[in-house]
Amino acid sequence: MIRPDAPVLLEIRDLHARVEDKAILKGVNLTLRAGEIHAVMGRNGSGKSTLSKVLAGHPAYTVTAGSVTYRGQNLLELDPEQRARIGVFLGFQYPVEIPGVSNLEFLRVATNARRAEQGLEELDTFAFEDLVRERLAVVQMDPAFLDRSVNEGFSGGEKKRNEILQMALLEPLVAILDETDSGLDIDALRIVAGGVNQLANPDNATLLITHYQRLLDAITPDYVHVMAAGRILRTGGKELALELEQRGYDWVDQELAALEASCERAPVEVA
Amino acid sequence: MTATAAPTAGLPAWMERLLSQLPPAQGPLAAVQERGRVALAALPVPSRRQEEWRFTDLSLLTALAADGLETDLLEDPAARPDLPPAAAGAVRLVLDGRRDPLAGVSLPPGLSALAPTELAQALGHTLAATGCEHHWPVELNHAAASQVLALRVASRHSVTLELVSAAGTGLLPLRLLLILEEKAQLEISQSLSAASAGLSSLVLEAHLGRGARLHHGLVALGRSEAALLAHLALEQEPESAASLVVASAGWGLARVEPRIRQVDGTARTTLRGLQLVDGRQIADTHSHVLFSGPEGELDQLHKAVASGCGRSVFNGAVRVPREAQRTNAAQLSRSLLLSDRARIDSKPELEIVADDVKCAHGATVSSLQTDELFYLQSRGIGSEQAAGLLKRAFCEEVLRELPPAARAWCSFDRLLAASGAAEVSG
Repeated sequence: MIRPDAPVLLEIRDLHARVEDKAILKGVNLTLRAGEIHAVMGRNGSGKSTLSKVLAGHPAYTVTAGSVTYRGQNLLELDPEQRARIGVFLGFQYPVEIPGVSNLEFLRVATNARRAEQGLEELDTFAFEDLVRERLAVVQMDPAFLDRSVNEGFSGGEKKRNEILQMALLEPLVAILDETDSGLDIDALRIVAGGVNQLANPDNATLLITHYQRLLDAITPDYVHVMAAGRILRTGGKELALELEQRGYDWVDQELAALEASCERAPVEVA
Repeated sequence: MTATAAPTAGLPAWMERLLSQLPPAQGPLAAVQERGRVALAALPVPSRRQEEWRFTDLSLLTALAADGLETDLLEDPAARPDLPPAAAGAVRLVLDGRRDPLAGVSLPPGLSALAPTELAQALGHTLAATGCEHHWPVELNHAAASQVLALRVASRHSVTLELVSAAGTGLLPLRLLLILEEKAQLEISQSLSAASAGLSSLVLEAHLGRGARLHHGLVALGRSEAALLAHLALEQEPESAASLVVASAGWGLARVEPRIRQVDGTARTTLRGLQLVDGRQIADTHSHVLFSGPEGELDQLHKAVASGCGRSVFNGAVRVPREAQRTNAAQLSRSLLLSDRARIDSKPELEIVADDVKCAHGATVSSLQTDELFYLQSRGIGSEQAAGLLKRAFCEEVLRELPPAARAWCSFDRLLAASGAAEVSG
């Protein structure tokens, strides 16, 4: 839902980042307003996942230039846990298995950390169980998964559902979902996308990172951005995703080559 | 070469003093005591010049009990306010090294004390079978122990035991002999704690008859000025299953030696170990498993968490001689190194002569996994709390295999408190 007067939740300006000695992000610009759903598409290696990890504060990535402002606050100076507590959520492409840590306890500790930041009272075990059982419905998840270790032995689809369950509990204002559709069969995709749709509202924003149009059949984006070589190359509406699906990414390479030729002379702002 | 001022120089003198202060040999073990004292006088105190003790400095012992090596007798040893009451159906015995642990106790059906003649016949048999003769910690126990808890579990009976001990200052010698008849089942939860600077010496022998089942959980929570020397020797007849789970934390010095022999193969052995070190603590597990017949199984997992300037040692010997064809053994050592001043030495020692066997082994030493930490942090969990959750998870893999009573005694929080708090508590 595009409302030009909606408050800006996340503002990314000329973001550059590297992992080890390799520059990956080379000037990303992106603005997310409340109520909007954005999709970032691009080939492997275009920097999509790096963008998500940089926003969440992964220690392996170093920001070398640019800024990220979340509701007026400098996001980049915050620890990962603080970013999560104030409402930035990263849905992992490969959710991490943590043997020995109970999923239920993990969800409760995480939910209470977010609640404390919001000035809400801590939920005890019983109150939390009530809440989590209610939220399980969002992703049609079996309560048996609560008693297992975090993501341990979960199938690909179960892991992604567990990510969306966490999102349902933490109620973020900005949700970045990194290839949430990867490894999902049609049914699981429908359930996960249904969960994302249920959680999207006029007060929050969603950033979907994906390779494929099929996720966007289930979740309609307001904006589609095409990323290549660490930059957003083009921005359009949902029809841009369809165009990509039909034409493939080859034209992106051509545009990129043209852009890089012109970049030799001056930086180009791509809208 | 003359022994000059090595760190262990005080140990022989300490040993002499200990021998001179032991009370006269008496009780059911008098003859064993006499033999132990003779042996100990002739045995050199282990030093780091010996391969078996290369990483384990015993010099802490010399600081123990300067004013005598007599164990304090606790007024009411049954009153362990830190432990919940015995579980329903379980027999709790208090071992204080001096009093008869069975005095005034009525044993459940299937459990009986060994008669003196049986004791004389059986005592030491498993120690010899598992190659523990002339081991210094064993001879030390022999020299000092005047009491033995010697029990027999009758065929096809199932018994649950709780054994509790609290070491004061001085030397606490604990000697146990367990005989499990054919298809007998025994579950033991054993708690050993240290209240002050002292040496706890534990020697356990268990003989598992055909088809017998033993599940033994030892929870040993010490303190930085206390030491623990433990030998846990098991002899297994075919089709028996032994599961030995040891969790230790907080000892200035702990040396635990599980010694297993499958006398005719086709038995199953499960070994689990968890040791936490912090401060300047040393924890050393030397396990030894010998398959003296075919088709034996071993499943071993040893874990260590080393913080501060702590030192963790694991040496896992597995012997598969020619007669042990089709042995299936797996050993894994996993260690968390949480400080750049801590040290971990882990060594698998597989000696395989039989040619048709599966023997897997692995060892990992790592700090906490960055990806796991980041995942927890990305959900709002602070880095310290996240590290705590991961440490807990690492330890739970072993703790959850303790028998229920021992499990209740040894929460991760208690283990952690014993590991670190011993440095500051008075």
